[in-house]
Amino acid sequence: MEAKSAGSPLVPVAVIEPRGGWAPWDLRELWEYRELLYFLVWRDLKVRYKQTVLGASWAILQPLLTMIVFTVFFGTLARVPSDGLPYPLFSYAGLLPWTFFSQGLAQSANSLVGSAHLIRKVYFPRLIVPVAAVLTCAVDFAVAFVVLLGLMAVYGVAPTLAVALVPLLVLLAVVSVLGAGVWLSALSVEYRDFRHIVAFALQIGMFVSPVIYPSRIVIERLAGLGLPAWIYGLNPAVGVIEGFRWALLGVGTEPWALIAASTAVSILVLVSGLFYFRRMERTFADVV
Amino acid sequence: MGELAIRAEGLGKRYRLGERAGVGVATLRDALTGGMSRLFGRARRGFAALPGESAWIWALDDASFEVQHGEAVGIIGGNGAGKSTLLKLLARITEPTAGRAEIHGRVGSLLEVGTGFHLELTGRENIYLNGAILGMKRAEIQRKFDEIVAFSEVDRFLDTPVKHYSSGMYVRLAFAVAAHLEPEILLVDEVLAVGDAAFQKKCLGKMDDVAREGRTVLFVSHNLAAVAKLCGRTIWLDQAHVRADGSTKKAIASYLDKAALGAVSATLGEWDLTCRENQYSPHELVIRRIRLLDRLGAAKRVFQMGEPMVVEVDVEGLGHYRDGMLGVIFKSQEDQWLAGINTGMRPLPAERPRRERETLCLRLPRVPFTPGTYWIALSASRGHSGRVDFVDRAAQFVVELADVYGSGYAVSASYGVFVLDGEWDVKAS
Repeated sequence: MEAKSAGSPLVPVAVIEPRGGWAPWDLRELWEYRELLYFLVWRDLKVRYKQTVLGASWAILQPLLTMIVFTVFFGTLARVPSDGLPYPLFSYAGLLPWTFFSQGLAQSANSLVGSAHLIRKVYFPRLIVPVAAVLTCAVDFAVAFVVLLGLMAVYGVAPTLAVALVPLLVLLAVVSVLGAGVWLSALSVEYRDFRHIVAFALQIGMFVSPVIYPSRIVIERLAGLGLPAWIYGLNPAVGVIEGFRWALLGVGTEPWALIAASTAVSILVLVSGLFYFRRMERTFADVV
Repeated sequence: MGELAIRAEGLGKRYRLGERAGVGVATLRDALTGGMSRLFGRARRGFAALPGESAWIWALDDASFEVQHGEAVGIIGGNGAGKSTLLKLLARITEPTAGRAEIHGRVGSLLEVGTGFHLELTGRENIYLNGAILGMKRAEIQRKFDEIVAFSEVDRFLDTPVKHYSSGMYVRLAFAVAAHLEPEILLVDEVLAVGDAAFQKKCLGKMDDVAREGRTVLFVSHNLAAVAKLCGRTIWLDQAHVRADGSTKKAIASYLDKAALGAVSATLGEWDLTCRENQYSPHELVIRRIRLLDRLGAAKRVFQMGEPMVVEVDVEGLGHYRDGMLGVIFKSQEDQWLAGINTGMRPLPAERPRRERETLCLRLPRVPFTPGTYWIALSASRGHSGRVDFVDRAAQFVVELADVYGSGYAVSASYGVFVLDGEWDVKAS
């Protein structure tokens, strides 16, 4: 150990006192605990697929099967427009980020309550818990992304140059899920009602996001009311999903307004969430 | 040595009592109604006990002390005295309400064995996971991996999910990981009360090594013998306050002297148990008073071996439960359960009327113990599962040497704990 000699100036001194109010984040400490973050993600992935016959393929099967059901009902029977793309490809490109949104939110919202036994018995920066939940879902997202590439090859859709923006869109998705997850996890500790609220909100969320239909439908209606398109982008899932379809499949015009609005909202939610979390985390062990 | 490791100044923690003991607000509805009533001023003043106005208690109050590097300090005290709260504060798991503490050095805390163990994962995987949770680096775990496995004695089952482990194996593996933590300051809470006797001995040996290596150890335990062995200095906490801080011998002596909860008079053999918190839902004090009586009905706390003893317990509200049960547990001074008897295994008279307050009497025709000091714990429960009240150290009594067999033979504690009622006979074979 580096600071073995007692009393040397290297010995870390921790001061324990009532903090109260708003406190800054200790970034160095968060960095110190990065291995715990890694192990929590590793544990969740390992445990999730340990007893399942199909193992990691569940990450693919879930959006894939949903896509097939959607294609039959919305694409074939209801004839929902799909911007000239084959409906399976169109809906999968929406389902992929949406699955990340819904899984990430549900898992992270419940993460602190689900880790109550740890929080009551061990100290570590509590932020690691919701972050690990979101990252676990991000791994699933990466796996399911490969399927999208496969679908694109099958339907002969080549990405345009805009594909270079995909990493930024993924980052936007992570930031917005993380922001909401940080808020919801802390709120769930205090108010258990949020578990039900999240489940309900996610159900609604899929319909107010352009998963099964193109955003064009909503934007045209907004324009008819004299409202700008970016209002729709206040739902961060809209910017991400539309960005995905445009960057990968090359449909529609550049949805800059949507992406900009989504980015602004995501950053705002994340920053405020971090503040709220920091304020509340000192009582987690007492309340959870 | 002689360098400061821990300095606590007026450290205190306040909890809210109520439906959900805690600091925050229980549900969203409470928060909303709380906000409403604030909004509407004092219109609802007539209603007492709004959720936000429940009682508060100090789990730890104004604790001040210093610990130097290399010291092994024991922390003793009854249930709810604030021992665990103190460790939680020093481990930064929860934040103090008042006061301040300084910690010089890397802290490792061991408040429970096997925190974060996952049943689906194998022993090997859990070593890494648990190590990381306890604050070890991956490289550190890798380096000590073989040592941990050797200590745990589960090497044959390393790649078996721990859900298939016996409870003994589970505990051994969990302790093995924890035992290989190498922080400068180690906070340990009652983790040695696990596993079989042989393993407990091994754990104690390991703790002894840790203390000898010159690391700082704060050691909470009910096992006074272990504290006496490991710690040169002991802090006695009583009802959230530091009562004694000094040599282990002195602290333990004064603890034992006054530890029996709320002794009306220790020499009288009667203890008032109403000044305490009940951690079991619904948090009503069921067990209220205990008396130890001799054959003439006089309360006392020193009994001769083989003398009759009556344990009288005043309870309140136990009759509310259809299957309400009271248990009397006899324990050794080292906190080992020796014997227990409850109103389930030995039922009360069947025609007992249901009263709010009643006194249950347990008659022992003979005190069955060899000379020594013994504790009585009391437990109230519903059926066999739901405990509703528990007093770990309700009463303490002393058994004195007596000629139980009338043979002039001194049956001391060296023959064991119990005095047997047996008789010898001899037959031609």
